Amino acid sequence: MFTYYLDLALRSLKRNKVLTALMVIAIAVGIGASMTTLTVMHLLSGDPVPTRSGTLFYPQVDGNPTPGDFKQPLDVMDYQSAVDLWGAHRADAQTLVVDSPVRLSAPGVNLPTLMPSMLSTTSDFFPMFDVPFRYGSGWSADDDARHARVAVISDDLNHKLFGGRDSVGQVLRLRDTDVRIVGVLRPWRPSPVFYTVAGGRFANGDTADFYGKTQDVFTPFFTGLELNDGNFQQFTCWHMPERPGHLQNSPCAWVRLWVQLGDAGKVAAYKQFLDGYAAQQAALGRIVRPQNTRLRSLMQWLDYNGVVPGDVRLQTWLAFAFLAICLFNMIGLLLAKFLRRSGEIGVRRALGASRGAVFAQCLVEAGLVGLIGGIGGLGLTLLGLWLVRRQPVAYADLAHLDVSMFVATFVTAIAASLLAGVLPAFRASRVAPGLQLKTL
Amino acid sequence: MQLRPILSTLRHHKLTSILLTLQVAFTCAIVCNVVFMVAKRVERASVATGIVENELSVIHSSGIEKNENKQARNQADLAALRAIPGVTSVAAVSYSLPLNHNSSSRGVCPDQASLQRAMQQRSADGTSCMTPSIYDGTPGLIDTLGLHLVAGRRFQPDDYVVGMGHTPAVAIISSALARRLYPNQSALGKDMYLGHSVIRVVGIVETLLRPSLRDPGTEGDSMLWPQLPDLSGVTYLLRSAPGDRRRVLEAAEAALLKVSASRLIDPRRVQTYTQIRHDYFQRDTTMIGLLVASASGLLFVTALGIAGLANFWVQQRWRSIGIRRAVGATRGDILRYFQGENFLIVGAGIVLGGVLAVLLNLLLMAHYELPRLPLWYLPIGAAVLWVLGQLSVLSPARRAARVPPVAAMRSA
Repeated sequence: MFTYYLDLALRSLKRNKVLTALMVIAIAVGIGASMTTLTVMHLLSGDPVPTRSGTLFYPQVDGNPTPGDFKQPLDVMDYQSAVDLWGAHRADAQTLVVDSPVRLSAPGVNLPTLMPSMLSTTSDFFPMFDVPFRYGSGWSADDDARHARVAVISDDLNHKLFGGRDSVGQVLRLRDTDVRIVGVLRPWRPSPVFYTVAGGRFANGDTADFYGKTQDVFTPFFTGLELNDGNFQQFTCWHMPERPGHLQNSPCAWVRLWVQLGDAGKVAAYKQFLDGYAAQQAALGRIVRPQNTRLRSLMQWLDYNGVVPGDVRLQTWLAFAFLAICLFNMIGLLLAKFLRRSGEIGVRRALGASRGAVFAQCLVEAGLVGLIGGIGGLGLTLLGLWLVRRQPVAYADLAHLDVSMFVATFVTAIAASLLAGVLPAFRASRVAPGLQLKTL
Repeated sequence: MQLRPILSTLRHHKLTSILLTLQVAFTCAIVCNVVFMVAKRVERASVATGIVENELSVIHSSGIEKNENKQARNQADLAALRAIPGVTSVAAVSYSLPLNHNSSSRGVCPDQASLQRAMQQRSADGTSCMTPSIYDGTPGLIDTLGLHLVAGRRFQPDDYVVGMGHTPAVAIISSALARRLYPNQSALGKDMYLGHSVIRVVGIVETLLRPSLRDPGTEGDSMLWPQLPDLSGVTYLLRSAPGDRRRVLEAAEAALLKVSASRLIDPRRVQTYTQIRHDYFQRDTTMIGLLVASASGLLFVTALGIAGLANFWVQQRWRSIGIRRAVGATRGDILRYFQGENFLIVGAGIVLGGVLAVLLNLLLMAHYELPRLPLWYLPIGAAVLWVLGQLSVLSPARRAARVPPVAAMRSA
């Protein structure tokens, strides 16, 4: 029966080519626009560490001695609080994170000096965030303690400097210090670069830069602080630091701490520990609002920072409004098309076709329009994503169609056109056979 | 024109008429808001900086050795840049320039009392204190930027201090800041209070935009300090004829590397001011393009819908039209009939659309900090949709008008 309906649908669509083309174009454009924005949305609002995100938490204490009207604690911590909390080792794993631009050259490599971004972090960083290695590995807790002169580099930098070969053991010069490479990462592109996200609430939706590439060099936390001293940037300061760029024991917030906590009991215990620490520091007079601590999970932290750029969200709404108008249009045109064939439907009904059969036949026709529109929509989605990739935004290179969005394109197209077809098909199935036959 | 026959026909096609009305209504609501967003973005992206953007080029140099005399380096660099043919004026700043995102700001108060209040409550909120952006720079910055001094004097050689650690005794402020800091009085000669220092206003420039436009209403709050840049990184400004800028930048890069080869010049920070403005408003330009495309797409789809349905109705009523013609209706009557019908449907859609537009605007205001939609957008949106409706119905209506009276005798 289905093939018969399909045949009828094809004949009917061929009869009025202009109307069919209008419907197909409307669906294709609507689908293309909404799937392009939805794909971008899907990429930007995803989970950057799917394997671990449930166990990663971002502790905050309110280090600001003059908080004024700010209700929330500062987005990042001052040096002392961060190092104290890290040094207590109360979580399953914990890591300090701070990034800074660093002058880099490689002796023996004939390239001009580079100015990549360096992440100073601690040994737990790599296992905690499930960072993939191509060669070598991260460093040990012992290296952290010894301020060892070691580094891990990104796949990008390894290609740029060493043509992608195993560069473990090679020496890099970071500013004026030589460090030995102990590990090379595989291509790693968490989206967003979640561990340095902060301050999103002040960005007015301009958050595209959270989706850039990761840092190119990773060094042990204290090593990095020593070798790049004077080049660190504060998140904010409540007084001018004595020496700009040197922020240890300065009145500034600039260090981030991440902790891994395996279960709800540990989360509660860590929150208690955090409160205890803040209270103790308040007693020492260093913190004025000890009750103002937070322990947000990774996804809560991203949500709090509103990481998906405001423009992307607006585009998504706009695209779906567009699709909705296209569907309205299609309902009207299908209604016109089906009711114009009232005579034909009347004959079929008189010859014994049930209302359900007429309804099904009309829906098959609507679904067929959706399928053709979906193919066109897929093309337009690919075109749309290509246009996104050409935009100078940090997430441009991420904009590719994955399998789930590929399937979603067709599902949406067919579902949308079936939805649009229900009302016209219902009206068509109510056509009274007698009345139509009389007018023939 | 007779409305009775139109209304009674529409009663017979309730469903299709309602659908078309709704489509027009949604289109009207969305297009009004989209056009409003476009207008807002265009307004944002065309803000005046107060400087001669089309004559300026910028080059940033960094990574120079720690124990170098930065003042001597700046002098040597500036001399080398000044020697480039075509360059009429040069200046060095630490990093802040209009629209380049690198802002440095301090809280300033118009008098001692507000400073005390602000210190007490640890926030400038509710006091008459402001946090304007600070531009430092070498002598000649005002003329290099092409700023228009409306009152007071330029800086004199003994006004200058070295580096961000020192606060100068005088400043030149923008007229926007002058108006906000000292409403209804002349700011010239007034003392501004910042923490432990006092700075006297010796000049006022007409317009000087901030490096970033985050807080609405304060975009023009800025001041120039006679403070020489003294960081390892430095930004040089070159003024030349607009067409010379590419060549000047290339020459500048070569000249700087000749002075000292160990420095780093990031190619992304060798830019004409046109590029800086373009980069700053990149997001807005993209969004304007997208918004315009989607608004025209929506109007197009709606026009297609109207034309498609009208076409269908003409075919459906072929015989009735013939009968009307046979009993004496002129072609004009038929044409006007379809136009009137369209006018009514689109009119109903517009009324509903106006209400929806305001509702949608309220929703957007809650989520995207969009201002209120000015109500005069609604009649314009209505007029556009009416014209669009009439244009799309024109061809089907003319086809209807050509139906011969004899059609009444033939079967459809």
